[in-house]
Formats: sequence, structure tokens, C-alpha cells
Amino acid sequence: MEFLTAYLTANNIIFFILAAIILVFGFLSVTTTKILRAATYLFFVLFAIAGLYLLLSYEFIAAVQLSVYAGGIVVLLVFAILLVKNLGEETEKVSCQKKLVSAIAAISGVVISLVTLFGFGFQNNESADELTANVNMETIGQTLMGVDKYQYLLPFEAASVFLLACIIGSVVVATNLKKEDKK
Amino acid sequence: MNVPVEFYLVLSTLLFFIGVYGFIVRKNLIGILMSIELILNAVNINFVVFNRFLFPEKLEGYMYGLFVIIVAAAETTVAIAIIINVYRNMKNIDVDSIKELKN
Repeated sequence: MEFLTAYLTANNIIFFILAAIILVFGFLSVTTTKILRAATYLFFVLFAIAGLYLLLSYEFIAAVQLSVYAGGIVVLLVFAILLVKNLGEETEKVSCQKKLVSAIAAISGVVISLVTLFGFGFQNNESADELTANVNMETIGQTLMGVDKYQYLLPFEAASVFLLACIIGSVVVATNLKKEDKK
Repeated sequence: MNVPVEFYLVLSTLLFFIGVYGFIVRKNLIGILMSIELILNAVNINFVVFNRFLFPEKLEGYMYGLFVIIVAAAETTVAIAIIINVYRNMKNIDVDSIKELKN
């Protein structure tokens, strides 16, 4: 009983709700046969992960998660599904043997990781004021834009060039110019 | 009182291997892409949680998580462009039926 009340704080209850959403919808997202439904379940998973970041009081990365993942990538995936397949069309049936092999691979991975994780013995910091302190936007901006140690101007600029290259590359790949010239 | 760090790590481990399961079991290219998104998100949870619990005065894991999100977005756009191109050429996006690189 004491064990139970020790774990029933507000933070833990919110965490368990978010974890349940993430795991249930994540599992549904990889097992459902309708691909559009899988995209919807993926959306819920990404949304709940943003909630997890808020629980850690990292607001900015939660906002980035919502706008880039839940707002951008899922919409892109839905567009791709609608462009590629007819709506509601099911994917092929997966053979039982393949499911079994994948499940064995995944479960053995989980067991190995969890044994390693609990064998490590993390020390939980009890003076928790530091852990709930917010990171303000000024700190984030200076960390992104500075050139000192623990500041990240170079990756930031590299990311902008990288995104530009990806935009050009995906346009070139998706438009398929050569074929239309021949016609 | 805070949530213990092991809870987050167990959650991200389970999410990671759900993604691995989907990656192996899916035949559809877009389904495989979604599984990769799950895997990337699980790793991202780990980065952010380790930053919060082990090293909260600097923002290393935080920034790494941010750049992982950026790279994941770029990777998804390129992958979808390739998938659409494959669909145009072969009328199919199941991995079993894509057998030749050049036609």
C-alpha cells in the first residue's frame, strides 16, 4: 500500500496516461492493416510525446515536436498515402511466420535492453528543484546562435544548408523530368 | 516528486522495439517510414530525458533532440519523394515487388 501511494503523485499519473497512449497507439500503428489509420495512430503517438516533453518542462522542444512532427510530417505522410494508394485500400496480409520472427526479434531486444537498464542502477536526484526549472527562450537562442563551448551555431547553419539541399533533392526526385522530356 | 528516470527509459525502450517490429513486419514503404519515425522518437525521448536528469544546466541533449527532429523531417521529405517516384515507375510500393533498380 505504501508503495502504491508513493507512486501516485500527479506527475506520475500524467506520465502513466501519456505512456499508455504512446504504447497503445504505437502498437496499433504498426499492426493495423489500413495504412491511413496507421498514420492517424502515429499522430496520436507524436502528440503524446510532445506531452512528455511538457512534463519535463521543456516547452520549446514540445512546440517543435508539435509543429514539425504532428503538424508537418504526419500531414506529409497522409498526402503521400492519398497520392499513392486508393483510400481505404488494405496492405497485404503478413504471414504468421514473419510476424513470429519479428516478434521474437523485438521481444529479445526489449529483454536485453531492460536487463542492461535495470542492471545499471540509476541514482535518482532527490533535490528536484533543478529538474523542474524552465529553460527560457533567451538561453535557447543564445545556445543556438553562439560559437563558444556548448553553443551550436555551426550545426544550426549546417542544418539550414541541409534542409535546402533536401528541398531541391526531393523536388528533383519527385518531378521526374527526364521521362516527360522524352514524351 | 518527479517521475523516476527509469520510467522514461522503459517507455522509450518499448517504443523503440515497437518501431523495430513494425520495420520488420511491414511490406508497405510508407509503413516502414512510419516505423522509422517511431524509432527516431524513442531515441529523442532518451536524449531529452538524459539531458534533464543528468546534465540539466547545459542544453546538450536538448539541442541534439532538436537537430534529430530537423534531420527526421528532411529524411521524411526525401523518402516520400522517392516513394512517389517508385510508385510512378512501378505502380506499387510493396517492398517484395520492387526488384530492379534500373528499368
